[in-house]
Amino acid sequence: MTSGDGNDLTVVPVRHVGRWVGAFVALVAVAMLVHTLLSKVPSGTFICRTVAGVRHCRPRLEWRFFWNTVFHYFTSAEILHGLVTTIELTVLAMAVGIVLGVVVAIMRRSTSRLLSGTAWTYTWFFRGTPVYAQLLFWFNITALYKVITLGVPFVNVTFFSLNLNAFFTPFHTALVAFGLNEGAYMSEIARSGLLAVDEGQTEAASSLGMTRSQTLRFVVLPQAMRVIIPPTGNEVISMLKTTSLAASVSLTELLGAATNISANNFEVMQLLIVAGLWYLIVTTVLSIGQFYLERHFARGALRTPPPTPIERLRRDLHGILVKFPSRHVAAARR
Amino acid sequence: MTDAMVEARAVRKSYNGVVVLREVDLTVVRGEVTCLIGPSGSGKSTLLRCINHLEKHDAGELRVDGQLVGYQARGGKLYERNDREICAERARIGMVFQKFNLFQHLTVLENITIGLVKVLKIDPETARRRARELLERVGLPDKEKNYPSQISGGQQQRVAIARALAMDPKLMLFDEPTSALDPELVGEVLDVMKDLARSGMTMIVVTHEINFAREVANTVYFLDGGVIEESGAPKDLFSAPKSERLRTFLSKVL
Repeated sequence: MTSGDGNDLTVVPVRHVGRWVGAFVALVAVAMLVHTLLSKVPSGTFICRTVAGVRHCRPRLEWRFFWNTVFHYFTSAEILHGLVTTIELTVLAMAVGIVLGVVVAIMRRSTSRLLSGTAWTYTWFFRGTPVYAQLLFWFNITALYKVITLGVPFVNVTFFSLNLNAFFTPFHTALVAFGLNEGAYMSEIARSGLLAVDEGQTEAASSLGMTRSQTLRFVVLPQAMRVIIPPTGNEVISMLKTTSLAASVSLTELLGAATNISANNFEVMQLLIVAGLWYLIVTTVLSIGQFYLERHFARGALRTPPPTPIERLRRDLHGILVKFPSRHVAAARR
Repeated sequence: MTDAMVEARAVRKSYNGVVVLREVDLTVVRGEVTCLIGPSGSGKSTLLRCINHLEKHDAGELRVDGQLVGYQARGGKLYERNDREICAERARIGMVFQKFNLFQHLTVLENITIGLVKVLKIDPETARRRARELLERVGLPDKEKNYPSQISGGQQQRVAIARALAMDPKLMLFDEPTSALDPELVGEVLDVMKDLARSGMTMIVVTHEINFAREVANTVYFLDGGVIEESGAPKDLFSAPKSERLRTFLSKVL
């Protein structure tokens, strides 16, 4: 860097004192956390050895967080089975929720007051009551209806009949409850996405002679996705955890499987950690998927797409290497 | 077939009680360029949007290529056309917007082919070939892979013109096509439009570019307060305006 009169001057960067203090506190906290996660405590039993006729005893140590028990159950058949059920339920309930949500959001925009009113009422009801209450409602639905029948009223014509006792297995109960509930939330997300697309896009599509449904499918929805995807990712992650409520309608999903095991062996903490770790792993995978989906639907909206985590890692590493020039980098510069 | 591409007789339009167009008469001759000028709020854009039925006119008779816009006369009654018929009508009328309105999620090439493929059901390969020809024609042969956000306003508007032309329209509507552009980009868009006019396209252009109107238009309509104050050949209209309002307007814009 040179000053105005051509003399070389050294640049002194601003010192960010607060940032350094904060970083130090965070570092200490992380160290404490790692320490306690990896600490060992006396188990209450002893290891004894007799050396030259003298008995030496020391307490047997074990992981404070029961890592060996956790590891033992981590891939047990029952836990894995529960995990699969959790994932199945999450995927299907979200699929129901997204389809319902988009349909309801489109209904909300209808000029027919009946259609938009119906959509509004649906959202009002399913968003306005706790999802746990809704789950229990569907679990007990046979108290209201044993069989539902679709036919012509007053005449003995039946198109379709469903025995609710047989239909509402624990899995179906949870799927109906979570799917309908999610539809209400998704409809608001989809609606905000549709509103975010400029009116001019619709006009341009109309002027090309596209029908309303073509305009929606080829022009409005793809652009709405950019707004819809991030909160939907949140919803998927939220749904993954909400499915644990289904344990109360005797569905053996991940948490249900864990509590079933601990009901027998009383190792409650160990199995909670097992379930918790699995939830974290699935959430992590989902977040990565969400990142790439967002990138895909942002095309055209951003001049330069955001870097992928790998690109960012490479850039950070490069930044560190430049900041603390090792001999290697210095040599490369020369 | 008459030689009128667009005929408006006593067309009216109001929004929530506010009258935007009152008793507008206008004739656009096939193969000619018609410019609509006037102060903002005079109803120019609304008239344009009524012609391709983006807005519904309330009363009066509006015909494009001899057909009533949005209605069908049968047995002494006017039947409102359904969505499909209106879309088919619109597909043959190109429209260029003030804010370009290119589809942001599609590349330049896809912006041009989407109407061909989805509306006219032309196979994608033929559509792409036609799109490339049009990009050549508007002077952007090397931008086909770009997204609209990556090119300048003038380039976007030229793509928008190509998109409209791809549908092989019998009539082109321009709604203030240069108003949202930086001054140095106006020329490139006007050049494309002049080319188009020379090729014999029937055009209706809402514009503030008086010089363009003077040079290219066969007929100029001056609208003010929802009525046509004055119309005629540009040389008569601009050199010897009859109405006081047009004189005031011209003194402001020239």
